[in-house]
Amino acid sequence: MTMSNSATLATPIGGLYHRRRIANKVALSLALGAAGFGLFWLVAILWTLLYNGLSAINLSLFTENTPPPGGEGGLLNAIFGSVVMTAVATAVGTPVGVMAGTYLAEFGRNTRLAEVVRFINDVLLSAPSIMVGLFVYEVLVVRMGHFSAWAGAMALAVLVIPVVVRTTEDMLKLVPNSLREAAAALGAPQWKVITMVAYRAARNGMITGMLLAVARISGETAPLLFTALNNQFWSADMNAPMANLPVVIFQYAMSPYEDWRQLAWGGALLITVAILLLNIGARLLAGLGTTRK
Amino acid sequence: MTEIALTLTDAHASTARRARRQRLQDAVFRNATLAFALLVLLILGGVTVSLIDGALPALRAFGFGFVGTEVWNPVSEQFGALAPIYGTLVTSVIAMAVGIPVSFGIALFITEMCPAWLKRPLGVAIELLAGIPSIIYGIWGLFVFAPFMQSTVQPFLIATLGQIPGIGNLFMGPPYGIGILTAGLILGIMVLPFITSITRDVFETVPPMVRESAYGLGATTWEVVWNVVLPYTRTGVVGGVMLGLGRALGETMAVTFVIGNAHRISSSIMAPGTTISASIANEFTEAVGDVYTSSLVALGLILFLITFTVLSIAKLMLLRLQRKAGA
Repeated sequence: MTMSNSATLATPIGGLYHRRRIANKVALSLALGAAGFGLFWLVAILWTLLYNGLSAINLSLFTENTPPPGGEGGLLNAIFGSVVMTAVATAVGTPVGVMAGTYLAEFGRNTRLAEVVRFINDVLLSAPSIMVGLFVYEVLVVRMGHFSAWAGAMALAVLVIPVVVRTTEDMLKLVPNSLREAAAALGAPQWKVITMVAYRAARNGMITGMLLAVARISGETAPLLFTALNNQFWSADMNAPMANLPVVIFQYAMSPYEDWRQLAWGGALLITVAILLLNIGARLLAGLGTTRK
Repeated sequence: MTEIALTLTDAHASTARRARRQRLQDAVFRNATLAFALLVLLILGGVTVSLIDGALPALRAFGFGFVGTEVWNPVSEQFGALAPIYGTLVTSVIAMAVGIPVSFGIALFITEMCPAWLKRPLGVAIELLAGIPSIIYGIWGLFVFAPFMQSTVQPFLIATLGQIPGIGNLFMGPPYGIGILTAGLILGIMVLPFITSITRDVFETVPPMVRESAYGLGATTWEVVWNVVLPYTRTGVVGGVMLGLGRALGETMAVTFVIGNAHRISSSIMAPGTTISASIANEFTEAVGDVYTSSLVALGLILFLITFTVLSIAKLMLLRLQRKAGA
């Protein structure tokens, strides 16, 4: 009697437990499978990039300009153009972003205005970059009457601003208030407290933000398509169309010429390596900031 | 005596002067930062105004019918946005159908299953992958993925799903390799790192106490995830998915290479099509005539409205979770 009782008691509980364990196994295997599947494709992309890109990288890639179809050449003018436009965009966008971020963190912390700016900034942060291209086209290219490196740099600057605003605000918020109060107690006016104390405490984080912004814009293609356009020749004139890596990659990859496609792979690998290095640098710097505190 | 008094008032006057100067400097600095904060709003305003301004000629010529017509004929200057809107929505739906379950699986693997020493490197790797520019996905799609689709996946789909009445219509026609399906799948792979890293962050906001209590009651890992972690983080997960959706809707380069740029709506998702951003990227510099250019800008305006809505919802969702975590 007691035996059969415990048996009837045990079966449903044992069955339920069994079912739960099986459900657990199935779900976790599915998750594992999904993780493997996703990571497989991401690794496959990097592998193809490395495989095709490495064979395209040689000295002439860095010393010669983009060739006409079927000709020999490199990406010198495109690399130069990308570096120049990225530098100008960062130089324009960073101060704007830092100032706006300062307002959000120091002056407007809980105001209605800051809330709105923060919201709009976050939307801009993930807005499609091709719309920024259209915007700069309407505002600069149409007015000036021609495509130019200035227009390209301004389009990229518009993309830099939200990244820098966000990181500046976040980093300034991490600075302890006691630091600010100590400086204020010594009689320092607020602008000195912010520029000489808060900025210094948040410096690593703010540089991280700048690096992330540079990484973000150095691969952007869409905003450059109809602002900086492209240039097959060497040009250092900011008022003229300028060659740049992403647009060259786009045009060359879509072309039927084998040499051009090779160059596209080489350029793609260059950009990816540069961006990965920037991201890793930014990460290391941010880590440095946190360990010191 | 008078000399001392004199120097004292002098000192007072100079302190007062310095205080005045400092107040002025403070006001200048404060207003300068305010001006730049307003500039952020101005940028969004500028984007809106310039897109509306640029789209006006097209909207005047075609009215609201622009949104509902499929025709896209540069020769007769007849333009309609229906095909690109359709392409944008369908590629994004495919991207989400692939991206959501897979990134959920990766996030689940990282937070609940993988050994502790692997957690950080995997998380960092995913975040680094999120930084890879979309043009890389684009040329990979063109040279590797589209040929693979053409030679292997699409013939298989045509032979199996294509034979089923009803949904078979979605998988009919010759295997071009390029097309809506290929573009959608590449978008799906591209949004993986975005959605995964947000989902992972959001999963980590669950207080260990809540999680441990569930384990203590005898719940299995899956039950903890499904009944505790997910309900707790629901708004955050949805926010992350919406951010990924925003990316997919507006993505240009990953799609432009493989979509085929055909302004028509086919019943088959393997046929070439186009999206809003791919149309703009492909045709903008070659567009001749005001109506043509303006129609492309009008497409941009539609994309702006769609993504702005999606991103706003995403932001609000994430904010709500943040408040909950903060409280």
